[in-house]
Amino acid sequence: MQNKQSNSIRTVVATGIGAAVIFVLMKFVAIPTGIPNTQVNVAIGFLALLGAIFGPVAAGLAVFIGHALNDFVTYGSPWWTWVIVDGLIGVAFGLAKNRLKIDSGVLGKGKLIWFNIYQIIVNFVGWVLLAPTGDIIIYHEPASKVYVQGVTTWLVDSISVAVIGTILLVLYARTRTQHGSLTKER
Amino acid sequence: MQHQLLIGYADRKTFLNRLSGSTKLLSFIGLSIIGMMTYDTRYLIGIMLFSLVIFHFSKIRYREISFVVSVIVGFSVLNLVMVYVFAPHYGVSIYGTEHLLLGSNQHYFNLTTEQLFYEFNLLLKYTFAVPLALIFLMTTNPSEFAASLNKIGLSYRVSYSVAIALRYIPDVQSDYRTISLAQQARGFEISKKAKFMTRVRGGIQILLPLIFSSLDRIEIISQAMELRRFGKGKHRSWYMAQKFKAADYLTLLVVAVLIVIGIALFHVNGGRFWNPFK
Repeated sequence: MQNKQSNSIRTVVATGIGAAVIFVLMKFVAIPTGIPNTQVNVAIGFLALLGAIFGPVAAGLAVFIGHALNDFVTYGSPWWTWVIVDGLIGVAFGLAKNRLKIDSGVLGKGKLIWFNIYQIIVNFVGWVLLAPTGDIIIYHEPASKVYVQGVTTWLVDSISVAVIGTILLVLYARTRTQHGSLTKER
Repeated sequence: MQHQLLIGYADRKTFLNRLSGSTKLLSFIGLSIIGMMTYDTRYLIGIMLFSLVIFHFSKIRYREISFVVSVIVGFSVLNLVMVYVFAPHYGVSIYGTEHLLLGSNQHYFNLTTEQLFYEFNLLLKYTFAVPLALIFLMTTNPSEFAASLNKIGLSYRVSYSVAIALRYIPDVQSDYRTISLAQQARGFEISKKAKFMTRVRGGIQILLPLIFSSLDRIEIISQAMELRRFGKGKHRSWYMAQKFKAADYLTLLVVAVLIVIGIALFHVNGGRFWNPFK
């Protein structure tokens, strides 16, 4: 059992390293979909794992920092509405931590199906409801354009989490020692 | 691939380098928020000229930023085209008048002065913060950046996370490159020539070692930090922190005046838009 103190240090470090990994993934492993500013986002698959291991604070902040830095060096200034939505999605993925209990090493089909339904809903709320609305209110962009971008991102990100996120979760769970996997010899 | 990452800090010995990181951070955030809110063309052009003049003093050479600038221009043009394709009459609905340049009222794709004006405003909004962001990135020492985040009120743990991110981005990047080359040597094709699915599969083959080595790294660093008693105190001092000088106060004053002008223009225009068609 880890105490509270070392958990908070782990959160600080996980945020930092997580942000660095997300930054690098967003920058180098981006496969464009054809609609401007939307790409197959490998980083969000990693975000699912980060949230499941380290919880909402680390995941939310890590993607917020990583995305803002990436926007900073790619586009000159962060596109705040999307950065904030990404942060909220990170928090939502982190909230799945207690339900998934990935550190126990058991990750059955039921949990995976639950997680995937959950992430599709989270992505829907984020990219189809929040992000375009923010764009319309704050940046005053035409509704049809931002909704197309939002829906594309929703589809692509959900698929990305469903494939990459699920693979990562399963593989990570396999590296953990299962709870009660030892039996006493008689 | 080498020159894609632009955290090209160098001490260029200008007054911008001597300003404290907190000043530059506050100025950048303040100006970018007001620029995000306003649609006043005069104000946006004013800020743009102001930041270009400052950019001139920063002694950053065009060669250092040409790649980023071309990416930004490409991104802006794509967005503008997309706005036009999806909403060619958006300018008309905002400004309330219609001055046709091409086509007729019946056509979906006609060109109005209002639409052109609206898209010009968008272009300004996409680009006006770029010189400021580049100045900020290229004149602020990354180590000082975390110190300035703490100074403007963020908790030092969060600031330290940012410091760790900035410190480890080059490491993760070089890990990524090494793993990528190793996997390519084993025959995974990830370049543009390969098919989509092959690229995705190749990407995952790079992802797995990268992520699992990063998770190990998190354990190692947090143990090291725990041994050094990180997080025991309420405050933290920073080696790179700078004291505010007269120049810092002056800069903040100038920025504050600019922001006040921006807010005043909301009242003058009766909203976020400046309408020259009335």
